[in-house]
Amino acid sequence: MNSVDFLQWVRGPAFDAAVVIFVLGVIFRLFGILMLGKKPDLAEPRGGEWGPGLRTVLSRSLPDRGTFRREPVTVVAGYVFHIGFFITLFLSAPHIELFHAWFGLRWPALPTPLVDASAVITLLALVFLLAYRLANPVRRFLSGFEDYFVWGVTLLPVLTGYLAYHHLRLPYHALLALHILAVELLLVAFPFTHLMHTFTLFVARWYNGAASGRRGVVS
Amino acid sequence: MNTQALTDTAPGTAAVAPRGASLERGRHAFLEEIDAPIASFFSSCVRCGLCAHACLFYTETEDPRYTPIHKLEPLRRMWRQEYTFWGKLAKRVGLAKPVTDDELAAWSELVYDSCTLCGRCSRVCPVGNDIVYMVRRMREGMAAAGHAPAGLVRATRNAILNGSPMGVKLVTLEAQIRHVEKETGLTVPLDQVGAEYLAIFSSMEIVNYPEYIAALTRIFEQAGVTWTISSEAFEATNAGIQIGQSDLAAELLSRIVKAAEKLKVKTVISPECGHAYLALRWEGPNLLKRAYPFQVKHILELLDELRAAGKLRLRDSEDSRLTFHDPCQLVRQGGVVQEPRTLLKLVASDIVEMNETGVMNWCCGGGGGVSAIERAENLRLKAFRRKKTQLDELGVEMLVTACANCRVVLEEGVDAYNMELPMVGLTELLAEHLEERP
Repeated sequence: MNSVDFLQWVRGPAFDAAVVIFVLGVIFRLFGILMLGKKPDLAEPRGGEWGPGLRTVLSRSLPDRGTFRREPVTVVAGYVFHIGFFITLFLSAPHIELFHAWFGLRWPALPTPLVDASAVITLLALVFLLAYRLANPVRRFLSGFEDYFVWGVTLLPVLTGYLAYHHLRLPYHALLALHILAVELLLVAFPFTHLMHTFTLFVARWYNGAASGRRGVVS
Repeated sequence: MNTQALTDTAPGTAAVAPRGASLERGRHAFLEEIDAPIASFFSSCVRCGLCAHACLFYTETEDPRYTPIHKLEPLRRMWRQEYTFWGKLAKRVGLAKPVTDDELAAWSELVYDSCTLCGRCSRVCPVGNDIVYMVRRMREGMAAAGHAPAGLVRATRNAILNGSPMGVKLVTLEAQIRHVEKETGLTVPLDQVGAEYLAIFSSMEIVNYPEYIAALTRIFEQAGVTWTISSEAFEATNAGIQIGQSDLAAELLSRIVKAAEKLKVKTVISPECGHAYLALRWEGPNLLKRAYPFQVKHILELLDELRAAGKLRLRDSEDSRLTFHDPCQLVRQGGVVQEPRTLLKLVASDIVEMNETGVMNWCCGGGGGVSAIERAENLRLKAFRRKKTQLDELGVEMLVTACANCRVVLEEGVDAYNMELPMVGLTELLAEHLEERP
């Protein structure tokens, strides 16, 4: 199999399989969580659930003042990584072409130098976050195999994408195939790891905010 | 009522109870507690560690074991092994690390001694995990497995058998009532059928702060509302909630509910006690599996209503510099934030706020049953440094709060660190400023 054949396989059957695992996996996981249900609360409510639940879904994106003061590094590095990753994923021209091919939707891309910068920043943030995970006593203590594995499968697509775009080190076809393979690895790992937080955090925040709202606690 | 569970977990009898059976009961209780919120929380945690910085047991010791989410590790593994694809697979092929009795024993300190159920972590988690909800649930499994601390087991047994965690009996209350009547010149109503309000107390109030009973008597007299105490159910605290034994918690709650129904009151007043409010107001109907035929209000909610209705007439003002310590359960489980501040302003002119207050307040260090766990005393005093720092920043001359347990814990902390800081309950402070009767 030469690099062109490999590319064909990677972006054909392999990609389809990865997407199926990702989509079905995420649906099953979410379904599995929600199916567990929650006992009805018989205590007389002091406030509503929906409004505060939805508000918390948004408001938890911002840290409280004390947390920011005590742990600014985690907060800032977390923001930088997430924003950088989303820009790189959703605002780069080649990716938008792909989304257009799949869903028929198109949106404006950022100029290449900006997407480039965001990819570099995302990579730096990831490297920094790994170093911080190893150096910070709380994080190192909490971390296990899954945390480092998830870090790796998140880094690889960004790194290979950057190299492929700049035709660095390897022939373009080979690099593109590696990039797509890395994305497939991410997609397949997604439903089985806490990468799922991308979706489940909305559920978690809603439950938290709704419980507070019911008791009349401002969220 | 399941007193069997109590005797099984009591110190000295653990060896008699078959360990395996205990662990099995615990495992069963853990799995029983896992619901959609808990599954969504465990699925979302990315081990960012921010919750550590929301917990006074971490901030004051810097020991990573006290990171709130870590306190739930056995529960998380059980969830993973029973409810996730890889977890189930690993369990089937024997690769999963099972939760053992020794592990649960080691976790007892983390789930009880170093968690006051203050709920601050639940307000900080960026993915929205309600961590305190999970700790409360996890205690059910810990108690069933026989790993609740001796101090809490004793308090719970006392409450079930003698009606009070501190062993306070009706004769003690009656003696305090006689003192209050003598001091105020008013009658304290006992077992008055058809009164509007039923007042209940924490043992701590009956024994250490009977001023609260006197304060209620004088405030209700001025407001012209009818109220009563029940000779059958006067204890508000609920060790069953703190230890994590829902059947016992329900038994304790049912005593209050029966008394309230018998006396046909419209409202039961939860006293100046944080977790009693949590137990009666929020957990009670769910544990008893029915809605109450009466309302439950925290005393501060009622006092603020009386104020709004013009029934709380006050005079003079404290001019010493003071601050208010929010009881965690009141602010984070009840949203009672503004009421104490409104009331306090009526009787004090120099009020300052701690740097993190209201829903983001810091715990006294002794809530959630921690003050009843003897072996936790050193840790609790260490954790108190959080509150000490907050108080030192303000340089106040008086501390006002609305929870007898907070007050005892704070007084012990202040003593231990040689601080000078008089404390008073808000209800009592208001009563001191009532307009004289014409």
